[in-house]
Amino acid sequence: MNPLAGCLLVSALLFAIGLAGAITRRSAILVLAGIELMLSAANLNFIAFWRFGPHPEALTGLIFVIFSIAVAAAEAAVGLALILAIYRHAKTSDVSEIGEMRG
Amino acid sequence: MTLPFLILALLTLAGGVAAMTLRRLVHCALALAISFAGLAGLYLNLGAEFAGLAQLLVYVGAIAILIVFVILLTRGGDADPDSSFSPASAGSVVIALAVFAVLAWAVNTSSLAHVATLQPAPPSDKTGTLQIGQALMQHYVLPLEVIGLMLTAAMIGAVILALRDKRIAAEPKDSELRAS
Amino acid sequence: MTWIVNYLWLIPVLPMLAAGVCALLKQPQRRLSATLAIGSMSVSFVLALIAFAEALSHPAIQVANIHWMQFGDQWVSLGWLLDPLAAVMLVMVTFVGLLIFIYSTGYMAHDPNFTRFFCFLSLFAGAMLGVVIANSLLLLFMCWEVVGLTSYLLIGFWYHRPAAAAAAKKAFITTRIGDLGLLIGMVWLYAQSGTLLFYDNGSGCLEQHAISALAAHITIFGMVVSTAIGLLIFCGAVGKSGQLPLHVWLPDAMEGPTPVSALIHAATMVAAGVYLVARVYPLMNAHALEVVAWVGATTALFAACIAVAQNDIKRILAYSTVSQLGYMMLGLGVGGVAVGMFHLITHAFFKALLFLGAGSVIHGCTEEQDIRNMGGLRRFMPVTFAAYAAGTLALCGFPLFAGFWSKDAILHSAHGWGISRGPFYFGAIGALLTAFYMTRQVYYVFFGPRRVPEAQAEPVASPRHPAEESVIADPHESPRVMTTPLVILAVFAAFLGFVGTPAWPWFQSFLAGQPARFDIGGFSEPGLMALMGVSSLIVFAGIGLGWWLYGCKPIVNATDPDALERLAPGPFHALANRLYVDEIYEATVIRLTRFASAFSAWLDRWIFGGLVNLVAWIVTGFGWLDLGLDKYVVNGGFDMGCREVSLFGRFFTRIQNGRVQNYLRVIAVALVILAIFLLWGHRG
Repeated sequence: MNPLAGCLLVSALLFAIGLAGAITRRSAILVLAGIELMLSAANLNFIAFWRFGPHPEALTGLIFVIFSIAVAAAEAAVGLALILAIYRHAKTSDVSEIGEMRG
Repeated sequence: MTLPFLILALLTLAGGVAAMTLRRLVHCALALAISFAGLAGLYLNLGAEFAGLAQLLVYVGAIAILIVFVILLTRGGDADPDSSFSPASAGSVVIALAVFAVLAWAVNTSSLAHVATLQPAPPSDKTGTLQIGQALMQHYVLPLEVIGLMLTAAMIGAVILALRDKRIAAEPKDSELRAS
Repeated sequence: MTWIVNYLWLIPVLPMLAAGVCALLKQPQRRLSATLAIGSMSVSFVLALIAFAEALSHPAIQVANIHWMQFGDQWVSLGWLLDPLAAVMLVMVTFVGLLIFIYSTGYMAHDPNFTRFFCFLSLFAGAMLGVVIANSLLLLFMCWEVVGLTSYLLIGFWYHRPAAAAAAKKAFITTRIGDLGLLIGMVWLYAQSGTLLFYDNGSGCLEQHAISALAAHITIFGMVVSTAIGLLIFCGAVGKSGQLPLHVWLPDAMEGPTPVSALIHAATMVAAGVYLVARVYPLMNAHALEVVAWVGATTALFAACIAVAQNDIKRILAYSTVSQLGYMMLGLGVGGVAVGMFHLITHAFFKALLFLGAGSVIHGCTEEQDIRNMGGLRRFMPVTFAAYAAGTLALCGFPLFAGFWSKDAILHSAHGWGISRGPFYFGAIGALLTAFYMTRQVYYVFFGPRRVPEAQAEPVASPRHPAEESVIADPHESPRVMTTPLVILAVFAAFLGFVGTPAWPWFQSFLAGQPARFDIGGFSEPGLMALMGVSSLIVFAGIGLGWWLYGCKPIVNATDPDALERLAPGPFHALANRLYVDEIYEATVIRLTRFASAFSAWLDRWIFGGLVNLVAWIVTGFGWLDLGLDKYVVNGGFDMGCREVSLFGRFFTRIQNGRVQNYLRVIAVALVILAIFLLWGHRG
């Protein structure tokens, strides 16, 4: 088990934890948190492959992760604003009670 | 699999688990911040200084704080602790475990995982901030601009979404009256 | 062929045209209808005289046939003939008919349905003349039926009176029973001989060839075919001429107006049966004629008995008509065509006279018809009385009057009949009774004090006289338009017999187509003078008996019992009730018919109707089955299919329940599955 595999496993485990939280917790904020965790796990994956993959001086993985962090920030901001708006409308931030957009 | 790596990994994972299982939302947010910090440490361990510090700045400094603010604004702390978990939580955990199992299996069966010698660490003058800046401005200038636009849009959108405008605040009351 | 034979058809057609015009008039027009009827009848009378002259000069049968309908290559032909028999009948029918038409203009003057009356009368006259000149049994039958129809229409002329309507129905139905036999005989004759024309250049059904063919076959009861056909045709005559089993309609037919009784039920329609037998005489052999004679003799006696006890002036005359028709049939049976026809001709005149006289009496007494409520009319209505007396004497057979010669000829033939003397005795007793009841009637009506009916408090409105006219006035003589025909007919009643005396048998010779010579030696035929003496004695005895019972002591009150009733109340009551023939028919035939119709109705309703209903139920059942199939299988199946699709869709809808975490779970599961597939495949 080389370090790459170790990093990948950690990343996978973090991803699974994030997923478990996202589909288990009732609060919308914690769902978002889980999603952030999943995104971070993917970032870790990228960094691991940048470090242990060919041509690290091309900085591809790193740049990607920088952009990913930016996007994650924007997404977190918008998502939390949405949660606020929904909270104002439905008086609750419980995802199991907001089921109006159904088929 | 050096020791720092293991400690940092443990920290990250423990923070993540804590963030997902604690009852009180504020505790979850703080645990999340710890997890993000651990991640930042992992990036530093792997030689991605800029990414690590950016992670620290953005994730811990902005996102985690933002989460705390939103918890405050939505009175998430007043929520009923007994119903924190959704009804199908057992199955969901199983699903998550299954996902991990599959991913671990993928890692295990790939050839990359069993390669004996790996790439040596790149020299830091090739992966420094200067190089990142140069790459951003030369090679990746388009995504950079797009990211700028996107951040602007996201910022404006978030502000609008979260804005408790008097006019907008008055309207729901009118529309409620109209609807009733 | 002379023009009269070619235009002989005008004689019946002209009165029918007059009837047609009268029927199509929008409003009743008395003058026009009477003029048309009398005018057409006069023209027919003139044409009949011309035909009579032609038959005088040319006694052989002359026919004119026309093709009518074609069946494949067979023709049904109609035609008319002219022979002495037809000529005599033509003259009699048109002459008597004309007189009665003129009489009717006076008799029916107050009736509101004057036009309809003359329309029907003309139609009847046309049909009767058609019967007379028909050369085809089919044409005769058609005109026969029209005669029956018009008889129905005229008997029931005052149809709002239930008695009249019932009498009309009875007449029609009873004659119909006889006509059934006539129809069967006609069909059989056509089947056997292939033609219904009487005379057709040797191929007619009454000519030698056909008769010999018919006489060769034997049919049921060992009868020869011609006998059977002849008897069947005689059935029609039994119905129409009121012979014994089917006589019941004739007395009831007196519900019609008196001119109708005179024309139809005295002179012409009832004589049509006798004429029919005379016409198909070649078909009748000795056996058939034996039956005819017996039926006639029995009828003569039977009806004469009943007439003795009747109280309605027209009913006495009706039964007298039945009796005299029996005499005519007897004459045809024992003596031949000439004997029977002679009595028919003379009877037409004096019976029409008697009926018209009775009508005059009824008119003068303002609708009184019961002879017990009349009396002493001799003083009030002298002309009527004189004519009526002449008619009575003729009917009784008083020597030298018309009836004497004709009835005597019948009795003479009956006396000489080889098979049996029975008809002769029946006829003799009948003559006695005839004289008796006619004398009774004359005494009741014309002699004695005037009897007023007891329940005359309210003047009774009759169909012809409005209520305010029927006050109890003294009877008055009838107007001239009514008494003149009476006088004319009286003259004929007195003197017509002289054309058939044994000394100068002009009538019989004319019918046979031979010249007649006046030969006083005809009286010296053996037994003839003796028979004439015997019959004269019978007549005197009858008149004397009547005078003794009814003329000696005047009948003072209307409610006095009849003299004969005092003598023999039992038989008198039986006779007054018409020997219960109607009641017997009611109890047997009518009840049987009612039972048969009830049974048929039950059969139709429950059996046939049940079958139809069963079929309907089966069809309905199939309909229900189809409905069920359609509803539950087709519709239901389709609906269930659609519901399943809908449920299926709804099931899948539940996947999108708006719960975001569920979506996420599904995506995770899908990821796991996909990854397993990829890795497994890659590993393998």
